[in-house]
Amino acid sequence: MRPKLMKEFEALREKNVMDIKKAKMEGKRVVGMYCLYSPAEIAVAAGAIPVTLCGTRQDPITAAEKVLPRNLCPLIKSSYGFAATDTCPYFHFADLLIAETTCDGKKKMYELLAEFKPMQILQLPQKQDGVEAADYWYTEVKKLKNRLEAEFAVTITDDDLRAAINLLNDERRSLKELQDMCQLKPSPISGMDLLTVLFLRGFCSDKREAISMVDNLILELKDMVSHGLSPFTEKTPRILLAGVPVGLGSHKVIQIVEDCGGNVVCFESCGAYKAAFDQVDVEKEPLQAIAEKYLRTPCSCMSPNQGRFELVVRMIDEFKIDGVIDLTWQACHTYNVESFSLKKYIQAGKQMPFLQIETDYSESDVEQLKVRIEAFLEMIR
Amino acid sequence: MLTAGIDVGSTASKAVIFDGTIKGQAVIPTGWNPKEAGLRVYQEALQDAGFAEDDVSIIVGTGYGRISLPFVEKKVTEITCHAKGAKYLFPRTKTVIDIGGQDSKVISINEDGSVADFVMNDKCAAGTGRFLQVMTGVLDITLEELGQMGLDVEPAGINSMCTVFAESEIIGLLAQGVKKGAIASGIINAISRKLLSLTGRVPCNTEITFSGGVANNPAICQLLSVALGLDFNVPADPQIVGALGAAIIGCGQ
Repeated sequence: MRPKLMKEFEALREKNVMDIKKAKMEGKRVVGMYCLYSPAEIAVAAGAIPVTLCGTRQDPITAAEKVLPRNLCPLIKSSYGFAATDTCPYFHFADLLIAETTCDGKKKMYELLAEFKPMQILQLPQKQDGVEAADYWYTEVKKLKNRLEAEFAVTITDDDLRAAINLLNDERRSLKELQDMCQLKPSPISGMDLLTVLFLRGFCSDKREAISMVDNLILELKDMVSHGLSPFTEKTPRILLAGVPVGLGSHKVIQIVEDCGGNVVCFESCGAYKAAFDQVDVEKEPLQAIAEKYLRTPCSCMSPNQGRFELVVRMIDEFKIDGVIDLTWQACHTYNVESFSLKKYIQAGKQMPFLQIETDYSESDVEQLKVRIEAFLEMIR
Repeated sequence: MLTAGIDVGSTASKAVIFDGTIKGQAVIPTGWNPKEAGLRVYQEALQDAGFAEDDVSIIVGTGYGRISLPFVEKKVTEITCHAKGAKYLFPRTKTVIDIGGQDSKVISINEDGSVADFVMNDKCAAGTGRFLQVMTGVLDITLEELGQMGLDVEPAGINSMCTVFAESEIIGLLAQGVKKGAIASGIINAISRKLLSLTGRVPCNTEITFSGGVANNPAICQLLSVALGLDFNVPADPQIVGALGAAIIGCGQ
């Protein structure tokens, strides 16, 4: 049982590319971003279209390995490979890239990526609390605003920023509401469909249109729930997928879980709940409020990263989770190391099956992964 | 109720016929055709038990080849099966260490024989039976000889976990004139180091039962036990633990 609107979301694959091409021809600017730490509000306030360029496909990795070491996280290689081979239309149309000094692999890759496009690097502090970190980050965010103003020959007023905050707060509201639908047992939408929606709507040129599409999907899901419709049953094991970002192309673990009879109910990762659960404070000075919200993002590149542990535990309760799978990409040191602490933190509070999976974007280990995931689901049943 | 458990692994296929006690069993090499191996090992186990196919109420498949067995009525992963099988053979088992042809795993089990937690090697062959097999090839000895040679010898340092790199490393050691026994001992040490990194990730409570083809070799068991600082139960037929578990699950136990 799939929502009918899934067809509309699937059609976005082609529509998004046409739309961005059209917008470019009409003189719109496009800003490419790689990470959840990129304050999209500022790009929107500058009148530009923000798009996410984080690579989720295996295809360009071989090309990337001409320059980058093999033993590097696939997300970094994929992101670079798309740029180097000019095979991503969104990268192609981007006028400027925003990137942050998050993990070591990414920040060194960005040095190489800067050869292809103008880029603004935001120096990210490695901790989130304290006035020093806040001030440092605020300065970086302000520099981004100045750069966009200069680059696009626009003035970004406080009112522009407020309007952008309202728009993106509304987007986060709709995305959170959509994901929260899966708190229902059984959830009305599969993890694969949810991922498809979250991923494809991210490339929409028109944010308002994307928000209303998501809102319509929420209405359809509510209708399905009122008729008792779901792809799952009360007994389907409910899995929280924690860890690294996933998208279409890097979805194999979600696919295997659901092929083996489980349901990925929610994703802690930065394309999903992490991007939706927190809002920009509309009462504060806008640039300050934006800086504060983005610095709070609970990513493993931060030390310490208590916020992530608390978020996962909260999600376990709210989404009635039966087991946590912590997905870590090979050579993603920060998530790989943190997995041990996450397991310890979760299991200190409750009996909760926990499985760490370390893999990459290739299909080479699908059978081995199936054994682990099936055994994990057998543990829960 | 007579049940059958068939465990088609990467290297060996195993079958057990069970009715509350083990009635018959068989172990054969899997070869290139897992489907045929599964069928043949089942026939051999039936013959060993003195029963016919019609006598069997349910067949449960496990192991990598479980997906290629069309005649199997139920499929369960080898992790769940090893837990059940080890618990049956040694009722006080809390942890199973299994070293198979392409996997090594540590399974922590509950009182009722269900799985509490588990960890497996990542997708490479480090710390598995395949690792040992390749190294015996380099030394031109059998697995039995490897174990025997490694006893009471100061191990040569072998640092590579990767099967391919370790092979190169051993060729280098042989070129330096290091004795085979020291290398054999070093190889087993390398396996135990890999296992040690797994045992740190799940609770490794006693009693521990050691299963899988590698456990067939008493000398290797002894060396691993010393290197890990842990005592193991070693079943008389360590290879059949997964198939036994599958047959037990067939009984609904």
